[in-house]
Amino acid sequence: MTFLNHFGKYLLMLRDMFTRPENFYMYWKELLRQMNGIGVGSLIIVGVISLFVGAVTALQFAYQLGSTFFPEYLIGYIVRDTMIIELAPTLSGLVLAGKVGSNVAGELGTMRISEQIDALEIMGINPNGYLVLPKISAAVIIIPPLVVLSATLGIFGGYWAAENYGISPTNYQKGLLYLFDPFNVVIMTVKSVIFAFVIASVACYQGFYVKGGALDIGRASTRAVVFGSILVIVFDYIVALVMT
Amino acid sequence: MIEIIDLKKSFADKEILKGITTSFEAGKTNLVIGTSGSGKTVFVKCLVGLLEPTSGTISYDGIDFTALSQREKKSIRTQIGMLFQGSALFDSMTVEENVMFPLNMFTSMTAKEKLSRVNFCLERVNLVGANKKYPAEISGGMMKRVGIARAIVLNPKYLFCDEPNSGLDPQTSLLIDELLSDITHEYKMITIINTHDMNSVMGMGEKIVFLHQGFKEWEGNNQQILDTDNEILYNFIFASDFLKQLRKGAGGAIKKD
Ligand SMILES: Nc1ncnc2c1ncn2[C@@H]1O[C@H](COP(=O)(O)OP(=O)(O)OP(=O)(O)O)[C@@H](O)[C@H]1O
Ligand SMILES: [Mg+2]
Repeated sequence: MTFLNHFGKYLLMLRDMFTRPENFYMYWKELLRQMNGIGVGSLIIVGVISLFVGAVTALQFAYQLGSTFFPEYLIGYIVRDTMIIELAPTLSGLVLAGKVGSNVAGELGTMRISEQIDALEIMGINPNGYLVLPKISAAVIIIPPLVVLSATLGIFGGYWAAENYGISPTNYQKGLLYLFDPFNVVIMTVKSVIFAFVIASVACYQGFYVKGGALDIGRASTRAVVFGSILVIVFDYIVALVMT
Repeated sequence: MIEIIDLKKSFADKEILKGITTSFEAGKTNLVIGTSGSGKTVFVKCLVGLLEPTSGTISYDGIDFTALSQREKKSIRTQIGMLFQGSALFDSMTVEENVMFPLNMFTSMTAKEKLSRVNFCLERVNLVGANKKYPAEISGGMMKRVGIARAIVLNPKYLFCDEPNSGLDPQTSLLIDELLSDITHEYKMITIINTHDMNSVMGMGEKIVFLHQGFKEWEGNNQQILDTDNEILYNFIFASDFLKQLRKGAGGAIKKD
């Protein structure tokens, strides 16, 4: 199938999510279950990675600036802005494209192959509405706060690393407050919402239309991760281009 | 009544169903039999609209199902219960949650009413004490029974069972057959059962459709099937020499040695 075919089918999948829920409470429950899976399930991996990335960023800049006459507090400033504008959304996006992408594609693929999706359809339930919509909504709701947390932890990581490197905490803190532009937080939020949508919808598409057997579920998961990651980077560039 | 007229279904260039015309009445247990790979599952999936027929019409109580939009199909589907050949239980839910799922979606019963309905259905399929287990923790035969309980929990008007007793021991098999037969008569359901279990055929075949190589090779009931002069059907039901001997003794229409 050509790219256009896939894209058309993807848009149809998205369109078909929007029918009247058969039962609002059941949809709500499914949304909460997905938010829990995607959000709480990704806390540790995103947290650990963000801490270390913040720390490494601080170290690298401290090292690069070490032999120059730049003031120390710039470290805090640089860590803050790189975390907020680029590293928190993009790294979280990549990590989640792996974790959430494979998880969602695997879950839907298994449901497709073992006819659970057919079973829903026979009951008169719209499987797009009941399965795809809560997953995409959960991602869009829960990933932005996860990215905020990632930025925060990154800044903490930087603080800790900078202190160990011999930079005074007061200078780091001064840097954190230096030239703060709230618009950067808007960029971060826009990125994280777009990434969340892309990751979840691409993974849903890959899983929902699996054909064949167990091996094909694995392939669909892989495709979800590969396409999800590439699209995160592509959209990162597009947002940067449009918003800065 | 479900009426099927000249139903055809092909995959790519392979024609699986080559024009089937038949009808299934309410309050009767209708069986679809045929060798493995003869297209029973494809047939039933066409009936419920999971597979798009290549041509032909299917009507539910006079409504042309094949001509309905996706949304209109939904309203008929809420009256359909279906057991899949592979059970198709929801992995993420326990046995109890699986059977309760249609009740949660489509009724406004209280939690207590729902639970008692679920337990009633689980009792009828002879499955008590497994409520809190997940599908991965129970046997294939148990999954089948949960699947049946889930299919009948809303008292459907149309019930489709794809091999309800394959993988079950003879005793449980009989129990499931009795259950399907009882509820069919009790609620005047239109029940369609795919099977190649001869006990089921003899025990509850009020209407039997025999599929062979894409055609409806024979149609009748469990009284007529024993006296068939259709050679293909004869070979299908009297697959073993032992059965053929029995039949010879009874003086059937076809004598072979
Ligand atoms: N999605 C599909 N794509 C292509 N061919 C298919 C598909 N589904 C079924 N078939 C083919 O249709 C034929 C009939 O399959 P079906 O599953 O209906 O048999 P069955 O009578 O239910 O067999 P069994 O008793 O083993 O369940 C088989 O040859 C199968 O290969
Ligand atoms: Mg079959």
